[in-house]
Amino acid sequence: MRVASIEFKARAGEKLADATLQRNLVRVKGKFAAKRAAAMAGFHDFEGLREAGREIRQRTLDDLDVWLGIFERSATAGGATVLWARTPDDINRLVLEIAFRHGVRKIVKSKSMVSEESSLDRAIEAAGLEVIETDLGEYILQINGYEPPSHLVGPALHKSKEEVADLFHRRHKTARKEGIEDLCLEARAVLREHYLTADMGISGGNFFVAETGSVVLVTNEGNATLATGLPRVHVAISGIEKIVPTLEDAATLLRLLPRSATGQPISNYVDVLTGVRGEGEGGVEHMYYILVDAGRTDVLASEVREALRCIRCGACMNHCPVYQSIGGHPYGWVYPGPIGSILTPMYAGLENAHPLPAASTLCNQCGVVCPVKIPLPDLQRKLRERTFERRLAPWSERAALRLWSWVAARPALYGASMRVVARLLRIWGGRERRIRRLPPGGGWTAGRDLPAPDGRTFREQYAARRRAGGKPR
Amino acid sequence: MRVGLVVTCLVDLMRPGIGWAAVDLLERAGAEVVVPATQTCCGQPGWNGGDRAGAAALARKLIAEFEGCDWIVAPSGSCVGMIRVHYPTLLADDATWSERARSAAARTRELTQFLVDELGFDAVPGRHDGTVTYHDCCAGLRELGVKSQPRRLLAKVSGLELTEMAEPESCCGFGGAFSVKFGEIAAHIAERKCAQIAETGAGAVVMGDLGCMLNVEGRLRRRGDASTRVLHVAEVLAGRED
Repeated sequence: MRVASIEFKARAGEKLADATLQRNLVRVKGKFAAKRAAAMAGFHDFEGLREAGREIRQRTLDDLDVWLGIFERSATAGGATVLWARTPDDINRLVLEIAFRHGVRKIVKSKSMVSEESSLDRAIEAAGLEVIETDLGEYILQINGYEPPSHLVGPALHKSKEEVADLFHRRHKTARKEGIEDLCLEARAVLREHYLTADMGISGGNFFVAETGSVVLVTNEGNATLATGLPRVHVAISGIEKIVPTLEDAATLLRLLPRSATGQPISNYVDVLTGVRGEGEGGVEHMYYILVDAGRTDVLASEVREALRCIRCGACMNHCPVYQSIGGHPYGWVYPGPIGSILTPMYAGLENAHPLPAASTLCNQCGVVCPVKIPLPDLQRKLRERTFERRLAPWSERAALRLWSWVAARPALYGASMRVVARLLRIWGGRERRIRRLPPGGGWTAGRDLPAPDGRTFREQYAARRRAGGKPR
Repeated sequence: MRVGLVVTCLVDLMRPGIGWAAVDLLERAGAEVVVPATQTCCGQPGWNGGDRAGAAALARKLIAEFEGCDWIVAPSGSCVGMIRVHYPTLLADDATWSERARSAAARTRELTQFLVDELGFDAVPGRHDGTVTYHDCCAGLRELGVKSQPRRLLAKVSGLELTEMAEPESCCGFGGAFSVKFGEIAAHIAERKCAQIAETGAGAVVMGDLGCMLNVEGRLRRRGDASTRVLHVAEVLAGRED
């Protein structure tokens, strides 16, 4: 997918002015944060569970090479084939090779964010094959000309049901439906036909279990069960960081993931798929795993490696004040919100995405809800340091920071400067003591006044009272 | 008990009365208040803006200035968070300064936290006739655990009634340089906060960080609210609201 993160600010401005989107964002905000809070309150020791989740994910990452080796052996023993994609392009190449090998004409796909990194659907179509997204949100985006996802869990959350109704009416050429249930039934009728006629199913992978060689899939619509169970071939694609050592570990993470994502104690469906079918069993004839690096080993070797603990629940964006204001699209790539502000610069280049770690108030609402305790503001700060070092941001920002540090290191100069600034602001504020427009601070005064100061600094007042004798009061 | 007051750069420039309120409260609580004259900025703008070297220089300066103090106190969760949480990280690799940074961190407290948790002080002189609502500023809340202390002290202010807004813990959108660099987004976030403040019907919103105060007050005035007051918790507690 094209990386448009460098245009973050301009695109955020557009989204702030988009009344329909703003209504949709308000609806989404209430839904997810409140449901997570209720689920957390209903669990006896959610903090303990978060710590357990953090520990499992970190322990696995610390020996990731070992666990990947174990997974490959287990999966191979179960009759699956494990393939490795070093780059996003490798994902597309491997999928097409598999498709051609098995004479595949039609592919059904359940949700995979990793495949968005390589724009897999368009590569499949370019090769002359048919691909149908079966996650309702992804399906909506696909039939809307491959609109980019705006959220990890609900890729089409930015859309209202009215927008979806119009879209279905236009694309399915059916009578326009009003209710959500009718819209779902219409999508189901369309998708059922595709499950039954597809030759291959592609899924993501919430977890890969090393001890059993299984893939764990979490869905609410059951589409993954159909997409991976009905066609002859199943290809599961996910990042190499999605390994967990044991089924027991996966079970612990399954208590965290739906609660953090949607506030559900468990998702409607959890599929644990292991290998190909044996004699007299159900299941697929051919099973492939594509384990994707595409920048992950670089992250593992970096100062932001904790970001790899992410289990893609979306809680960070659901609780992010910035995301709540602008939605996911301004982030400009596959992963929006706080986790995207780390992953996008790391996977797609800091030079292409440095506005993202800067576009945060560092409020840490993300950090305190993260089910695996990724210290997101700390990681954003580290990427800001790299931005500063590499001189990627506008020179004026860098100059302002340096000037501030330089002056603040010189108390006499600092004191004199602040005395001047205090007086200027006082005068500028006039009778009302409020500044409506400030040339060097236009970013501030575009949407807010600046309350004007008293005119004399604390240091001045304190020194004066000292000189006046006695206790400075 | 020598208590060094970190006035903070924003209070020094924009609202010195908060500094006086802090001095007043600390003295009433029995502290000998020291205000090092050379103090400037804790270095947070550099730390949050990627200028690690600039931040480290200011951190070393502040640590040295307050080394004679038993406690280091500031009327700001974000500046205290900088000293208490981030200085040890910032200077971790500096052989001569890492220990001094840890010592400074251990002695540093946010004002209300210091009064309640360390001194058990609640004989606040303030008087406020009317309803207020309290906004939990992010750094104080999530870096330091400042939540019950200001409320406990506000409960002792005669005439004051506290009514909570829907989401007192959600960010106001300030975020330091963020509020200028991404001003439109910051103002949009502040608007949500202001709407919640308005819903409470309170005559004033009280909080513990001047940066957030400027952001919230700036948005309140811009949305046409000329009456809701924006007060620092120290001003209310000390009875220095003007």
